Amino acid sequence: MNDTNQALLDALGAEESQLVESWHAALPLSAQTTGQSSRGEARQLLAGLRDGLRAGGAPEALDTPAWAPLRQSLEALSAARAAKGEKAGDTSLFVLALKKPMFDALQQRFAKDPAGLGAALWSATSLVDKVAQHTVTTFQSTREDIIRRQQQDLLELSTPVVKLWEGVLAVPMIGVLDSSRTQLVMESLLQSIVSSGSALAIIDITGVPTVDTLVAQHLLKTVTAIRLMGADCIISGIRPQIAQTIVHLGIDLQGITTKATLADALLVALQRSGWRVSRTD
Amino acid sequence: MERIPILRMGQTLLVTIQIDMQDQTAMALQEDLAAKIAETGANGVMIDISALEIVDSFVGRMLSSISGIARILSAVTVVVGMQPAVAITLVELGLSLPGVRTALNVERGMQLLDTVRREKFLDR
Amino acid sequence: MTVELSGSAALATEQDIVLARQHVRQLCQSLKFSLVDQTKMVTAASELARNTLIHGGGGQMRWNVREEGARRGLALHFEDKGPGIADLRLALSDGWSSGSGMGLGLPGSKRLVNEFDIETAPGQGTRVSIIKWK
Repeated sequence: MNDTNQALLDALGAEESQLVESWHAALPLSAQTTGQSSRGEARQLLAGLRDGLRAGGAPEALDTPAWAPLRQSLEALSAARAAKGEKAGDTSLFVLALKKPMFDALQQRFAKDPAGLGAALWSATSLVDKVAQHTVTTFQSTREDIIRRQQQDLLELSTPVVKLWEGVLAVPMIGVLDSSRTQLVMESLLQSIVSSGSALAIIDITGVPTVDTLVAQHLLKTVTAIRLMGADCIISGIRPQIAQTIVHLGIDLQGITTKATLADALLVALQRSGWRVSRTD
Repeated sequence: MERIPILRMGQTLLVTIQIDMQDQTAMALQEDLAAKIAETGANGVMIDISALEIVDSFVGRMLSSISGIARILSAVTVVVGMQPAVAITLVELGLSLPGVRTALNVERGMQLLDTVRREKFLDR
Repeated sequence: MTVELSGSAALATEQDIVLARQHVRQLCQSLKFSLVDQTKMVTAASELARNTLIHGGGGQMRWNVREEGARRGLALHFEDKGPGIADLRLALSDGWSSGSGMGLGLPGSKRLVNEFDIETAPGQGTRVSIIKWK
């Protein structure tokens, strides 16, 4: 290990509790979490830094295997804070605050060697910067994962598959029918068809604002998949304007039964399944 | 090369495809079915693909061919048990298997066969 | 079973197409693709592997895992030194509802994946690369 890294290692090794205290003190008041947790995090990071330096890791290359334990602690730290809802800046501030105590320790060690001090300070600052950067990147990707999951949940919530009757399922489509929503509807509807053994699905498009050739294609894809599996489909909720658009655009509905309302579609579905509806009076 | 067994239940031939078939296995099935329909005079064919996780264009065309050949030999074909992921993929591939009757499972497949066969007999 | 993140397999016999399907399935599973995405990728691989064997006179399938920022994907490359495709535009043309084209299944396979790239010329063989992102 070269001299500079050795110097860094020494600076980080000496008197850990003092280092942790000066680190903690260098944090802005708002970032000083109660009692043990931020000190604990500091101790873990110091351990990771020391292990990395001992394993010969170069401060400029954080993605090498030597820095693996440090990266893991950083990722856990970032993820925990992201989940708590903290701002991205807080985590990197936490890491950057290590510079002051490190510089102090290095200055003491290199008091009689200005050139050596320069090299060591540069190494220390690049290392801490890279570590801070890594936490920001991890923080961002954790947040993005959360957002993606929420988007997925939202998408699923907006197209529930409901059982209307024995053997009859319904999907009320709400909102714009694009390819990702179509994929989602196809997957959940087809899966429901298999698990419930329903041979009829009613797709209600009352909540779909416009039907153009692209939307029609998505609908047709869904119907084709349903038929391939051996079930059939009725489309309901066709508003008069949509009926006009369909005719105007020359869209071929390929023999799919269409009804203006879900109620009409349910009646057809019941009849096709062999049910008769009668009043008791 | 493995040959897919064809079982006979009265007037219906039953095939369950449970392996990931080589192309030649699929072709052999097609030939074997044609031969068996002619030999037994069966008027119904049920192909159970509930164990197939992949149906590509080759297998898709085989199913269409079997359906067509059976029709010429006066037999009705029903393909049952298509998995959802398979249906979605076939649609994306642009294969809608026209002329191939399908049903959700063996039970409904038999009902469908009976219905269609009855109609055909009434026509004669 | 550990699956190497990059490698290649020969496509010289019909059994190789079956093996290719199984291998792509394992790769997709280790990358934790959804069931529908797995099915699409394996089906596309089956189509392209068959092309390589039947139209290309045999060749190989190479694969590697791609990482782009936070996302991971599976890249498959189907290569042969066969006659190449003379009319690429025709081979790639196909409305969704029609089933025509040159029987190479290229437009269909294209719809099953996220990225599709083809290099071919008469007498120069063919390479088709596809990527599916998780």
